[in-house]
Amino acid sequence: MFLPDDGINDLKKIMATENNLQSYELMVIFTPVLAEEDYKSAQKKFADFIKENGGETVHHEVWGLRSLSYPIQKKTTGLYYVLEYQAPHDLNAKLEIQLNRNETIIRHMVTRLDKYALAYNIRKRNKNAAAVTAS
Amino acid sequence: MAKQNEIKFLTSQKVEKRQKKYCRFKKMGIRYIDYKDGEFLKKFLNEQGRMLPRRITGNSLKFQRKVSQAIKKARQMALLPYVTDLLK
Repeated sequence: MFLPDDGINDLKKIMATENNLQSYELMVIFTPVLAEEDYKSAQKKFADFIKENGGETVHHEVWGLRSLSYPIQKKTTGLYYVLEYQAPHDLNAKLEIQLNRNETIIRHMVTRLDKYALAYNIRKRNKNAAAVTAS
Repeated sequence: MAKQNEIKFLTSQKVEKRQKKYCRFKKMGIRYIDYKDGEFLKKFLNEQGRMLPRRITGNSLKFQRKVSQAIKKARQMALLPYVTDLLK
């Protein structure tokens, strides 16, 4: 028998499951005057923040110092950091506050990853890993 | 008056058929366009850093949309410029 609220119940069940995580990618540009330890501790801070709030970090990439294509806040270089993570839907709003509050961050962006993006990232990582072991 | 078939050209007339443009993403089976790869996205920009139209790149509408989203993200994160001269 078909009940009109069947779909809603299913949706609620999905929402209630713990493993209902969505994949995101965070890219942050820190100011170039940041010391090496501060750069590392800031990376760790965000990774820990995601873990504390029910997310999981999948992979992180430290790009280091790169020149910007155009000056931001009168700076021509920046320290890039990319973090791939899985998180429940309410984490990004909290993360956004942390990112805005941090004065060493000159720009940040969170991108939602679809299944093709995930496949692309996994392939890219495997390729990089193979290159590292070969050399 | 010379008839049409009697006209002779000093150099042979070129009647080449232009190769049909294709969408490289469809052909190569690329499903995701990465905004972090600035060098790749430069293929779709002109020297001033503006996006090339579909009629020149040959992208399908679906992938032109994805390319444009990726370029706009890359611009926000200063991986690509909004405006320049002599990008290439």
